[in-house]
Amino acid sequence: MAVVTSRTALGLGVVALIGAAAFIGLTRADPLPRDTQEALAALQPDPEAGEAIFWATGCASCHAAPGARGEDRLVLAGGRRFETEFGSFAAPNISTDPDRGIGGWDLAAFASATMQGVAPDGRHYYPAFPYPSYRLAELQDIVDLKAFMDTLPASDRANDPHDLRFPYSIRRGVGLWKRMALEDGWAVTGDLTEAEARGRYLAEALAHCAECHTPRDRFGRLDRDRWLAGAPNPSGDGRIPGITPATLTWSQSEVAGYLSSGFTPDFDTAGGTMAAVVASLGQLPREDLDAIAAYLARVPPVE
Amino acid sequence: MRHTMISAAALGLTLAAGAALADVTPAVEARQGQFKLYAFNLGPLVQMAQGNIDYDADAAGVAAANLAALVSVDQARLWPEGSDNATIEGTRALPAIWDDLEDFASKFSDLQQAVAGLEGSAGTDLDGLRATLGPVGAACSACHEANRAPE
Repeated sequence: MAVVTSRTALGLGVVALIGAAAFIGLTRADPLPRDTQEALAALQPDPEAGEAIFWATGCASCHAAPGARGEDRLVLAGGRRFETEFGSFAAPNISTDPDRGIGGWDLAAFASATMQGVAPDGRHYYPAFPYPSYRLAELQDIVDLKAFMDTLPASDRANDPHDLRFPYSIRRGVGLWKRMALEDGWAVTGDLTEAEARGRYLAEALAHCAECHTPRDRFGRLDRDRWLAGAPNPSGDGRIPGITPATLTWSQSEVAGYLSSGFTPDFDTAGGTMAAVVASLGQLPREDLDAIAAYLARVPPVE
Repeated sequence: MRHTMISAAALGLTLAAGAALADVTPAVEARQGQFKLYAFNLGPLVQMAQGNIDYDADAAGVAAANLAALVSVDQARLWPEGSDNATIEGTRALPAIWDDLEDFASKFSDLQQAVAGLEGSAGTDLDGLRATLGPVGAACSACHEANRAPE
């Protein structure tokens, strides 16, 4: 009996060890690939081009201080909280402060964070940070974005911790999620015009529309069969509306006008989290907003 | 003394219950009508600013003056307690309004200021309209962002 027990204990111990090793292996954070690092280093940063990327990616929508308006949206002090079913996320300080912001980061650290969701200390970022979209961005745009963000003011606001429910509080688990959830290709495929393809790049890689407008499965993966078909509000009451041609009945010029000014075709204005989105996207040239509208018209219609 | 206190408490409760039961529907309908009038007058201004219709100085001036009159309407009776979307159906007004009435009033005052700017410039020329319409939209959105639920 004693032998059986000790054998069982030994067996369980081995299983636990294998399990732990598998967990560590499956959840490890991959560093930026060497060829990507080399490609990054060869690119010339253009901070002026980076400003357009900054407005397209919408960094300020989450990382500006809550309620910030106008020029204050360029101070990426963080502090906004997002109450979700996983718990409460706190947007961090990504200003140029060298200690409390990201002013001390080099280009590889910045690219690793935005495209792989990996922090300089090797930890995973939670996908509340939309790196699943940004990973589809052009390296040149990432280089330019960093060059522009390097020109922005510093804030010494200290970061607040997230307050997440178990098991989401185990950050390593994000590594497992990344293996299941990250996508490498476009959601909308087929023969696109130049404008539609530009719109797809802006919408899918930079502006990350799908992060809120596409429903998720029980693992939190975006449902590509219901792309942009509307979803429960991830941080509050109500629903984020569907914006496929099945439900978005505005003309392309009305869509672009809305993204530019915030006014809907019936002269209501953007509200909720979309108000901050429009405050950023509205800074883009009109042809980019027209391109997003052209792309949205090509999304498969889903009620 | 003890009796008096109990009666006061009972009275307080009755008043609170009475207030909760008061029909807020007229106030909700009136404020929604008010917003429809805002949108109706913003219409030609946005259309002109976006170049969808020709700029018409007289029409722009009238629409801006209407907006100025509309935002001068006293709001006190339009936002009774218990008319938030957690309490009643048929409104997207968030409880956040009543959690911080001072902020709500300050956002409304921002709207009044932006509309004053619009009234001064909308009828002058298209550039004046464009320059002053943006801040009005921003004032609308600032309050919708904090205080209005998605549909």
